[in-house]
Amino acid sequence: MIGALLKRDLGKFFPFAGGGAALPVVFFVAVAMLYPFAVGPDPQMLARTGGGIVWIAALLAAILPLEKLVAQDIELGVFDQLRLRGMTEETMMVVRLFAHWLSFGPPLILAAFPAAALLALDGPALHLLLLGLIAGTPGLAAIGLMIASLTASLRAGAALSGLLLIPLALPILIFGAGALARQDQASLGFVVATSLLLVAIAPFAAGAAIRAARDV
Amino acid sequence: MHVTGANGTGKTTLIRALAGLITPYGGSVVSEGAVGLLDERTGLDPDQPLGTALHFWESVDRCTDPFATFALLGLEPLLDVPVRYLSTGQRKRAGLAALVNRKVPIWLLDEPLSGLDARAIDQVTALISQHVNEGGIALIASHQPLAIGELTTLAIEPYVPAAETAS
Repeated sequence: MIGALLKRDLGKFFPFAGGGAALPVVFFVAVAMLYPFAVGPDPQMLARTGGGIVWIAALLAAILPLEKLVAQDIELGVFDQLRLRGMTEETMMVVRLFAHWLSFGPPLILAAFPAAALLALDGPALHLLLLGLIAGTPGLAAIGLMIASLTASLRAGAALSGLLLIPLALPILIFGAGALARQDQASLGFVVATSLLLVAIAPFAAGAAIRAARDV
Repeated sequence: MHVTGANGTGKTTLIRALAGLITPYGGSVVSEGAVGLLDERTGLDPDQPLGTALHFWESVDRCTDPFATFALLGLEPLLDVPVRYLSTGQRKRAGLAALVNRKVPIWLLDEPLSGLDARAIDQVTALISQHVNEGGIALIASHQPLAIGELTTLAIEPYVPAAETAS
């Protein structure tokens, strides 16, 4: 049952499979492409600020898929039908979290290579950036899932989710981008810790939110 | 059992409470056997062809032979059509097919006949009768008359709190 759900979720969210899901990656690369045009092509400046820009792009790209993440399936009654088949909302959310991360985490990590080239990041910086994204994107996915399920039953949910994600994602951004600025792997440990905590609580928070959405 | 009542008296709420999806304000729900629900939200992905969308539920329910039901409900020609192009009645029939293929003893049906044409109403009523004759339970909320033998009717109005009916 879980396998079938994972297959469906992946088919729904994976880039290039279900039209429009590639948007976060395109957005991410577009920011990296436009930034040198906006601030000028000075390689030193780009190398100094580029890492931070990549992180901001990754964070904003994580907002894009939120609208479709949960609300549509509540509308369709998919979660209701799965509940009737004995699956808990928490299990559904674990599956959805994994599918959501797979659909934007690895593609962003791959897209970080061209982005780093466009922003003249050197080898060690790229190394730190990739490690940071590997550590940080699960946390971003977890925040996104919680926000998407909490705002699913609200009319202006999409606009609100963007606002809500920003403060919650700050720790990941500070430690992730901070590691780049200081060339210091240690602060990536904080990114990992934040991510793990968020991934651990997300299924419970999102599951409770889906149950609460039924009562309205 | 046929649950009747005017719009807004709580037929859907009753069905959702019986399905365990919402918690009733008082009392508790006890059921023996798996419960299946058909309401206006069928859980079928609008972007996918009907066959693919139904196949997801078949794999969840480990149903190996869905096609007999599709034939009974006249869904075979629609399997390649994306769900969003289907009419209300066609979607309802597809939802019922998914329910039948679950092979559960208890059916909760919320307005199973709304949007159906005369032929489809006959098909659906026949399916419900067959389910009941094989020992299954069907609880149907509908304001349309149902041509099913040995049907108990539960009118929901007398149970609505007085303050709400007065307004």
